[in-house]
Amino acid sequence: MNDANGAAAGPDASGTGGGTALAARDREHGAARGYSPRHTLPLSVEIVRQFRRRRTMVMFGLLLALPWVLVIAFKVGGGWGRPGGNSLRISDLAADGGLNFAAFALSVSASFLLVVAVALFCGDTVASEADWSSLRYLLAAPIPRDRLLRQKLVVALGYSAAAVICLPLMALLAGTLAFGWNDVRVPGTGEVIPALDVLPRFGVVIGYALVSQLVVAATAFLLSVSTDSPLGAVGGAVGLVIVSTILQAVEALGSLREFLPTFWNTAWLDALAPQPDFSGMIKGVAVAVAYAAILFAFAFRRFRTKDVVS
Amino acid sequence: MRLSGRRAVWVAVVAVLVVGVAAWLVWPSDPPVRGQEQTIAVVDGPADDQRVTLDATFFPPAGGGKAPAVLLAHGFGGSKQSVRDSAVRLAQEGYAVLTWSARGFGRSSGQIALNSPDYEVKDVRQLVDWLARRPEVRLDASGDPRVGIAGGSYGGAIALMTAAYDDRIDAIAPQITWYDLADVLFPNATGQGPESGVFKRMWAGLFFSRGGPQAAGGLAALTGQGGIGGQDGQAGQDGGDPQAVPGGQDGRSPGTVRPPTVEEVRCGRFLPEICDMYQQVAETGRATAAAVETLRRSSPVSVQGKIRIPTLLLQGQRDSLFPLGHADANARAVAATGAPVRVAWFDGGHDGGNGEVDWLHEQTLSWFDHYLKKAPVGDTTGNAPPVVAGAPQPASGSPAEGPEGVSVFTVTRDGGRDPGTRRPVQLHAVTGVYPGLSGSRQVSVPLSGPEQPVANPPGGSPASISAIPGFGGLSTGSANLSLSVDMAGQSASFESAPLSAPLQITGSSTVKVRVRVASTGTGAGAGEEKAGGEAGETAGGPQDVTLFAKLYDAAGGTQAPVLPEGLVAPVRITVPEGGAGEATVTLPAVDHRFEVGHRLRVAFTTTDLGYDTPASPAVYQVSLASPALAAPTVTSLTAPSTGPAWWTWALPLASVLVATVLVLAGRRKLRDDHTPGLDAVPLRIEGLTKAYRNGELAVDDLSFTVEPGQVLGLLGPNGAGKTTTMRMMLGLIHPDRGEIRIFGHRVVPGAPVLSRLGSFVEGAGFLPHLSGRANLELYWKATGRPAGDAHLDEALEIAGLGAALERAVRTYSQGMRQRLAIAQAMLGLPDLLVLDEPTNGLDPPQIREMREVLIRYAARGRTVIVSSHLLAEVEQTCSHVVVMHRGRLVTAGPVGELLRSRTTGNGMSTRLEDVFLDLIGEKA
Repeated sequence: MNDANGAAAGPDASGTGGGTALAARDREHGAARGYSPRHTLPLSVEIVRQFRRRRTMVMFGLLLALPWVLVIAFKVGGGWGRPGGNSLRISDLAADGGLNFAAFALSVSASFLLVVAVALFCGDTVASEADWSSLRYLLAAPIPRDRLLRQKLVVALGYSAAAVICLPLMALLAGTLAFGWNDVRVPGTGEVIPALDVLPRFGVVIGYALVSQLVVAATAFLLSVSTDSPLGAVGGAVGLVIVSTILQAVEALGSLREFLPTFWNTAWLDALAPQPDFSGMIKGVAVAVAYAAILFAFAFRRFRTKDVVS
Repeated sequence: MRLSGRRAVWVAVVAVLVVGVAAWLVWPSDPPVRGQEQTIAVVDGPADDQRVTLDATFFPPAGGGKAPAVLLAHGFGGSKQSVRDSAVRLAQEGYAVLTWSARGFGRSSGQIALNSPDYEVKDVRQLVDWLARRPEVRLDASGDPRVGIAGGSYGGAIALMTAAYDDRIDAIAPQITWYDLADVLFPNATGQGPESGVFKRMWAGLFFSRGGPQAAGGLAALTGQGGIGGQDGQAGQDGGDPQAVPGGQDGRSPGTVRPPTVEEVRCGRFLPEICDMYQQVAETGRATAAAVETLRRSSPVSVQGKIRIPTLLLQGQRDSLFPLGHADANARAVAATGAPVRVAWFDGGHDGGNGEVDWLHEQTLSWFDHYLKKAPVGDTTGNAPPVVAGAPQPASGSPAEGPEGVSVFTVTRDGGRDPGTRRPVQLHAVTGVYPGLSGSRQVSVPLSGPEQPVANPPGGSPASISAIPGFGGLSTGSANLSLSVDMAGQSASFESAPLSAPLQITGSSTVKVRVRVASTGTGAGAGEEKAGGEAGETAGGPQDVTLFAKLYDAAGGTQAPVLPEGLVAPVRITVPEGGAGEATVTLPAVDHRFEVGHRLRVAFTTTDLGYDTPASPAVYQVSLASPALAAPTVTSLTAPSTGPAWWTWALPLASVLVATVLVLAGRRKLRDDHTPGLDAVPLRIEGLTKAYRNGELAVDDLSFTVEPGQVLGLLGPNGAGKTTTMRMMLGLIHPDRGEIRIFGHRVVPGAPVLSRLGSFVEGAGFLPHLSGRANLELYWKATGRPAGDAHLDEALEIAGLGAALERAVRTYSQGMRQRLAIAQAMLGLPDLLVLDEPTNGLDPPQIREMREVLIRYAARGRTVIVSSHLLAEVEQTCSHVVVMHRGRLVTAGPVGELLRSRTTGNGMSTRLEDVFLDLIGEKA
């Protein structure tokens, strides 16, 4: 019936459609006209659905504002307390130039702020739908569960990546405006590397920061499909990072610690050394990918058979 | 199902734990190694007439059978206990290991002869005899066991000395040991030999005191690396060792402590000749020819050309007692015979450092594995090519392939920080050629600086500090800690320009210095001068000037210059009367990287804490004879890129594989289960059953059918299972049994037929931050269906929200949300509309309107299912009714029929409410 007189038909057009109620039978698997599982929940729709949320805005606002806050902090406190110790710390060099500043901004935010951002985008995505009860209507639309999860994951990872990328880029901009476009001074030895040589490495750093957050993303996502509480999913993922960081401090674990998800999180610092050493980053990528693949697989498997009762 | 699933998970977790713990318990641990205490009687002495009993421990090889043997010697001041850990480790690797306390140490009797060929060497040769009689030891020939010797410091020297005197030894791996003991105690960086050397007073004192009456604990530094791997356990073991009481021979029971005799206090357990020699040279600060002769008899320098077996020399970079030059000299001496030699400069030594215990063990093990375990029987390893003694051989050692993992020349470097732990790591740079101390290439670094006066303080105090002998452990924690202090006015320094490229110096730099004497003494006589000392020469004629040359790494700025490894090169330069003395100074051998922007600074100081310096005051003028430093570099030294660990590839691959299996294994192909005969039936439920988690049935064997055009009321009190049934209709929850068919298609999660179903179940579900309109629009877009099919306007008309439609949903009242949700359910005008309590929260006019909407909707051949407990509503709206109670179907049929069947009984007109109460009351 909705094919024949769909646009004209309305609740008032009674009587005319009585015989056409069965017209849909020849469609694929009995679907309504125009329905195809492959077209459900387009990415653009999910992006819009997530983008206008307050927490998305706040998080991006925070990430974009942080470099400026740091710039102000360095300007206000400029010149004080550069210790005469043997080795230069990354914070001692932050005001040396845009690239140094961006590296500093990344180093101070990677361990927690970016973790929270990634956990938020990936942990909130399904759990909040469950929280709002909109999940069941999406599933009854019907959006196949695997597809719903896939689309949501793609968008969540996209937002996470945007968050991880926008911070160092904004820091680069802010640092360059505030401190100039200078060559990079390396922490520790204070050696100088030409800025243009470092730019590709900086790309590697950002890429690694992205990959190393995969574990957080996957954990948050798995929790997101397992719970109806967005806070629980986000907090759980952050909690995992905290526990892992604590375990990392237990020397007795020896080389077992190399397999902790957070163990290699600072390995990107090696890319900014005079001689970049990628071995730590390779290990970090291996561990991150290994955990993430398993966790994502569990998320899909779990969601597939889950009873949606929220 | 849910319950059993959960239980299964727990069972799986417990099973994994149990298996893990069991595996951990029964996992084959290293075979236990039990040492057998032995007392071995030997005869030694120049005339072979001195009987000594050596306290030894024999560790049979862990694997059983006949195995190569390793003699493991301890460091000075230690005992066989010092190397126990290393011995156990080697025994576990399948070696028969014999440790012993050298004569004069531990519970062994006899006196210390400083690895003399007449004493200690003879002892060890008899230990080899003893090994040859053991059934556990593999023999090359009768009386000739397959045996290697390892040990550090004093123990390293006995390895070298025994190798020279006993050709049954097949391979040695000495650590941090000496080549020329005379040069150790009287170094002279001008190369003029120990007779004119500067007395290394503090180390010498510590060295000899360790052989003297022993105090418990104390300075363990001398034996710091007494054996491979024995480092850490040692100090404690020494301290608590009952034999470490004065006069160890009879100190077996701590209770029988007696005051030491005069001789014991004077000489400890030293052989009197050695003791006298030391007392003489220590008093004068000058080496006598006899002392040099005695010391050299105990040194590999006296057996050049006699060590013709594979030799692995492990020397510490932080070692002001036996600097790297000694390993270099040993390496050249052994290499000259054609025997394979490998040299490693590791991060350790008598002044501390990391120690690299495990790495040293691995190197030693590889060495012995190759030359003891793998070498064919009869082939006494290193002697494979018949060697003409003294035949010129490249200093690089044998070109033949050596053991795996042991390079010709290895230098431990700072590998930065571990990317994970952020702790310092050691990097092992290797090269296939041993370059010696002068490097493979010399770089000339210009130095500048005027002639500078330096003062020798009277009495040699205060003294500059480079390293503090015996306190190496203090700086173990941080390798960069520099204790060096140059006293003001005592130092002349010459600097290079800031480096434009990093400079890695590997070996001994040289610099030419010129010294003039500006003023001497407080008076001509300098009355209290020591006999024969340099002060005696101040009166006229040539004068000896003692200086300490250091190569600093000056970073500039506020950073203090770093003295690599705390090493200095003492020089004694003879300055002719009124003239200038010149000398080429060989600076300490180091492996150090000077970073860009740093300067090289060569400093000459007049004093050093560790050395004997002239007591009489003097002022010298120091300048450079040639304004450059010749710096050795070894560019071929590179750390092999080890490549990523195997798990770097295996782990993610395995995990992706597992993940794929996880995702695919549980996947049910969305197979449309279609019964064509039911195409016209909007809903058929058969045998539907669903249990709560606690096992109670929410829906129990429910069956009913809905025909097109019906408005079906699903009636039941709270908990009847209405909502659960509706959820199953939407594929949100999985039925335990039974099935639901919509237009003939079985409902599974995401079944395409659900696109013909509009639903409102248990409240609205909207994105609160979006407006009502945006919510509906996005919802429709999410279904992926054409926008034209949405009939959005009609749906919005039903919602009747007016201007509120543009507000965010979070501002809506419950009724507004309810209407918006019903509008959403009607989007696309679905063939089957399922509404759960649609009139909840609506006011009476809205309820009436909703009733009309539903009736109109069904009138067009569509089907509406409404659940409610407002019976009046159902009565007015629905054509048919299904009554549920406690999950079971109570009755089903047209409303009118239901009413009729009830009225016939008692003749009274009955409302549905009465019927309903009647029905559930009956079932209750």
